[in-house]
Amino acid sequence: MIGLLHQISSGIASGAIYASVSLALVMIYQATHHVNFAQGEMATLSTFVALTLIHAGVPFWGAFVITVVLSFGLGVAVERVLMRPVMNAPVLTSVGVFIGLLLIINALDGWIFGFTIKSFPSPFHSAHPLLGGLVSPHELGETGLTVVVLTLVWLFFRFTPLGLAMRAAAHNPSSARLCGINVSRMLGLGWGLAAAIGAAAGIMVAPVVFLDPNMMSGILLYAFAGALLGGIDSPLGAVIGGFVVGVLENIFGAYIVGTELKLTVALIIIVAVLLVKPAGLLGRAVQVRV
Amino acid sequence: MTGNRSALGGALVVFAVLLALAFVSDSYHLFQLTMLVVYAVAVLGMVVLTGYNGQISLGQGAFFAIGSYATAILMANYNWPYWATLPVAAAASALVGFLIGFPALRLGGLYLALTTFALAVAVPQVLKVDALSGLTGGVQGLTMDKAEPPFHLPLTGDQWIYLFTLGVGGLMFLLAWNLTRGRIGRAMMAVREQSTAAEAMGVSLAGIKTRTFAVSAMLTGVAGALSSIAVQFVAPDSFNFFLSITLFVGLVVGGVDSIPGALFGGAFIEFVPNIANDISKAAPGVVYGAILIGFMFLMPRGVGGLLARALRRGRKLAAPAE
Repeated sequence: MIGLLHQISSGIASGAIYASVSLALVMIYQATHHVNFAQGEMATLSTFVALTLIHAGVPFWGAFVITVVLSFGLGVAVERVLMRPVMNAPVLTSVGVFIGLLLIINALDGWIFGFTIKSFPSPFHSAHPLLGGLVSPHELGETGLTVVVLTLVWLFFRFTPLGLAMRAAAHNPSSARLCGINVSRMLGLGWGLAAAIGAAAGIMVAPVVFLDPNMMSGILLYAFAGALLGGIDSPLGAVIGGFVVGVLENIFGAYIVGTELKLTVALIIIVAVLLVKPAGLLGRAVQVRV
Repeated sequence: MTGNRSALGGALVVFAVLLALAFVSDSYHLFQLTMLVVYAVAVLGMVVLTGYNGQISLGQGAFFAIGSYATAILMANYNWPYWATLPVAAAASALVGFLIGFPALRLGGLYLALTTFALAVAVPQVLKVDALSGLTGGVQGLTMDKAEPPFHLPLTGDQWIYLFTLGVGGLMFLLAWNLTRGRIGRAMMAVREQSTAAEAMGVSLAGIKTRTFAVSAMLTGVAGALSSIAVQFVAPDSFNFFLSITLFVGLVVGGVDSIPGALFGGAFIEFVPNIANDISKAAPGVVYGAILIGFMFLMPRGVGGLLARALRRGRKLAAPAE
C-alpha cells in the first residue's frame, strides 16, 4: 500500500512536468493549430542555459528567472522568424519546420554543451522526511512550483486584459482583429509564454532525469499523451491530462509493464484516447462546416 | 499518354544504369548502392502516404524496424531462406500499419503524425524487452547468415544481394506507380485534395486512408527486410527515432509527391550523413534540420518536383507550336 502511495506521489511529481509541457503545446495548438514538435528541445536548450548560468556562479533562482525570460525571447523569435512565413501553409510544412527546428536545437545542444549526461542541482532540500517519507523534497518543491506557475498562467488568462486579448486572438483571429487586438503580437506572446513554461518545466525536471541533449524527448511524448487525453484544444484538460498520464505511467511502470516499457504506456494512452474519446476529456468534438 | 511513355522510358534507363553498376562497383560501393535502394523503397512508402494521400507519418522507422525484425527473426531463429521472409515482413508491417492507422486516421491532420511519433519512440523499447529477448535477441540483436547467389551464378555475394534488392525495389516502385495511377490512386488524391467532396462521391474516407497507410507501412517494411538481408544484423538501437526523422527528411528532399523523387531521397539518406559526419558529430543534425527548413521554405516539392518542372519546360521548348 505504501508502495502504491509512493508510486502515485512520484507520478504526480512527474505529472506536474508533463502538465506544463502539455499546456505549452496546447497554447500553441489553440492559437495556430500547429503542434510544436520542437517544444521539448526548446526546453532542453533553456535548461542548458540555466546550468551554464549556475556554473558561472549565478544563484539558482536568479538563473531560473534569467532563463525563463531568455526562453520567452527565444519563443517570440521562433514565431517571428520561422513560423510567421508558414502560418497558412499546409500541415506538412509546419511539421517539417518543427522537425527541422528539433534537429537543429538538439544537435546544437550537443555541439555547444556536450553529449555527456550532466547532473543538475536541486534548489529544494529538507533535513527530515516529508509526508512520512512519501515524497522527496525535490518532488514536493517541484510539484509546488509547477502548480504555482500553472495557477499564475490561469490567473493571467482569466483576469488580465492582455490574457483576454490573447484568448480572443486564439479563438477568433478575424473578430479579434476587428476589435483592435494586434493578433500577430498576441501570437508572438503566446509562443514566448509557451517557451517560458517549457523552460520552467525543463529546469524542474533536470535534477530528476539528469541533463543531456535528449532529456525532453520522452517527456514530450508523455506531454502529447496528456494533451490528447485532456483534449488538445483545452488548456485545463491538458493540465489534468498531464497529471493523469504521470500517475498512470508510474503505476503501469511499477506494476504492469515494467519500467523498460514506460514509453510504450504513452503510445497505449494515445491510441486508447483516439479509439474511445478522440476529443479528449475536456475537449470539444471537432465539427467542420463545409 | 506520351507522359506515361516517357516516364516509363526514364525509369527503364535509370534501372539499366543501376543494374550495370552491379558489375563495375567494388563491394563497399555495392553495399552503399544496396542501402540507397533500400532507403528509396522506404521513402517510397512515405510518398504514397504523404504525397498521394496527404497524411503525415513521423514513425516510418517503426515499420522499417518491424520488417527488419520479421526477416531477422525468421532467418536467425527459424532458418528460413532470406527470400521467403519478404512476404511475412510485408504482411507484418502492413498489419501494424492498419492497426495503428485505424484509430488515428478517423481524425484528420496531425493525429497520425502524433501517433506515429509515439510509435517510433516506443518501438526500440519494445525490441529491447527481456520477455521477448528469446525472439529478438534483446539489446544484442540478431545476426544472420549472408545470402548466397542461387544456381551457382558467377556473382559475388555482395553483387547478388544488390541485384536482389534492386529487383525487389523495382517491383515495389512498379507497384506504387500502378497503384497511384488507378482507381485507388484517384480516390487517394481526392481524399487529399477535398475529403468532403470525395466522401460525397462515395469514397470511404477512413477506408482509403487506413489502407493507404497499410500500403505505406508495407513498402517501408519491405525496405526494412531488404536492409536486414543486406546488413545481416539487427539491433534495437538502429531503429531509434532518428531513423524515422531521417526517412522524413529523405521524403522532403526527394519531393513528397514524386515517385521518382524517392530515389533522390534514398541517395540523400545514404550519402549526406557520411559527408556531414566528417565535419562533426553534431553536424548531421544541424545539416538535416537546416535542409528540412530550407526545403520547406524554398523548394517544398523537393528534387522530384524540380525535375518534373524542368521536364515540362523542356517539353514546351521542344514543341513550341502548342
